[in-house]
Amino acid sequence: MNTIWALAGVVIKELYRRKDFYVLFVLTALITIAAGMVNFFHDPKIVRYVKDICMLLIWVSALVIALITTARQIPAERESRTIFPLLAKPVTRWQFILGKFLGCWLASGIALLVFYIFFAIITGSREQNWPWLTYLQAIWLQWAMLAMVIALALLGSIISAAPSSTTTICFIAIAGILLVGGHLNTVALNQSQPLQTIFYTIYFLIPHLEWFDIRDRVVYDWGLVSWLDCVLATLYAAAYTGLFLLLTWIGFRRKSLNT
Amino acid sequence: MKASPYLVLALVLTVCFTLATGIEPHAATWSNRSKSDNVFGMLFGDGRRLFANQFFTMADVYFHSGYYPSIFDLRDESRKEIVAESHGQTDSPEDEKKEDFLGQPKDWIDRFGRHFRITEHTHLEHMNEREILPWLRLAADMDPQKIETYTVGSFFMRTHLNQPREAETFLREGLRNNPNSYEILFELGRLYSENYRDADRARNVWQLALNRWYERFKLDSEGAKDNKLDFEEITIHLARLENDAGNYEEAIRWFQGAQKVSPDPGALQKQIDEIKKKMAAKTAPTNSQPH
Repeated sequence: MNTIWALAGVVIKELYRRKDFYVLFVLTALITIAAGMVNFFHDPKIVRYVKDICMLLIWVSALVIALITTARQIPAERESRTIFPLLAKPVTRWQFILGKFLGCWLASGIALLVFYIFFAIITGSREQNWPWLTYLQAIWLQWAMLAMVIALALLGSIISAAPSSTTTICFIAIAGILLVGGHLNTVALNQSQPLQTIFYTIYFLIPHLEWFDIRDRVVYDWGLVSWLDCVLATLYAAAYTGLFLLLTWIGFRRKSLNT
Repeated sequence: MKASPYLVLALVLTVCFTLATGIEPHAATWSNRSKSDNVFGMLFGDGRRLFANQFFTMADVYFHSGYYPSIFDLRDESRKEIVAESHGQTDSPEDEKKEDFLGQPKDWIDRFGRHFRITEHTHLEHMNEREILPWLRLAADMDPQKIETYTVGSFFMRTHLNQPREAETFLREGLRNNPNSYEILFELGRLYSENYRDADRARNVWQLALNRWYERFKLDSEGAKDNKLDFEEITIHLARLENDAGNYEEAIRWFQGAQKVSPDPGALQKQIDEIKKKMAAKTAPTNSQPH
């Protein structure tokens, strides 16, 4: 386990050494503060549009950070040939994959925490309301979703050699699932065979990332999701994450490490 | 002689400032850009109307606190509820049923996913209606010719948010951009009548609204037919105003005008009969006085 933590620690250090996080955070903060400073009809209590914009930026930033951080891990180690001394330590390939995953996931979690603290300060100062439990659920569910995303990106990074293509393909797939995934059953019902079966198969196969998006509940003050549902969603995320990591390990185990 | 760089910088800044103050008034007339209504008009051209529609929809989404159909859900798109509300229409139980666009869950994924979504049809209330205003402001900036934006915004500001001054300013902005709009004039009349209790100004504005309606549809019988409910709305408000002012004959005249286009002329006839009773009661004591 120490080996995995050591590998994860390196990835976390990478997060604060690189500029990605800072740039995205500053952009999010600037846009949110600028939006919050606009005066609509002399009513200072209007706040939901600020929450909406800030949450959207947090979601996009978190996805970008998670994907960019993850997609470059394995290709960078191979390119710089640091993977050879690493695996000679000895670190097994399974530990290597787990360490990279854990590092990326924790790094994304730290970034999320910073983003949500900013969100809570901005919105709380405006509406004088601090629904901490709702924020806790939102951050937890988003983090659970990022676990699936990171595992998927790791899988992509052993298939595709270039981090840019992994990032782009994963981003498109994830955006597609978030926007359309939950509606594929409705679309399928309006199709004739065999399209209906194809759509339904995809619908049941894909990880339903949209469950984990409770931005609307936060923005419109709808309150908490049942804790049991949160636990079930977490188990669902854990299952998909495990599956993607397993596939990554299988692929990585047979992969030649020479570039 | 060697000049200090700070002095040179100060000199350059002074020259720039002097030139700017001299050129700025003329620069505004140099190109057609200055004729654009606002920065959005300059940036997007006519494409901003698409954004305006989207922002107006966002106002409706906020009004429903996020309970809103996606493009994949079937829904009657004929009229947004914020517009219906501004015309005083409330949902019947049948309407509520129609708006349950989710229906029964189709499978376990759908069923479980609903635990995280907003699945309850509500409308904003208790002053929270203010949350729709940013989107209406943006919609108005994007498309100043979208009349509904002004009327809906004004309605919520004056009836739900107790901001009649802001509502009037918004309507006047709408009127500047759409000088022939009878809809904005009608809403302005309601503001004078219901918020300022200024019957004279309300009467004048509604009569002007009626004139605008006639002007717009005098050569367009189809348009007149489609918009006859607007005509009815204006005439009924005029009739009620005259009734409250004690001008019963005028009130009857307006109600009779409204009857010609109303889908329910019987209800209006009842109101005419009531006014006639009031007129009779008013004249009866004077008639019965002994000479």
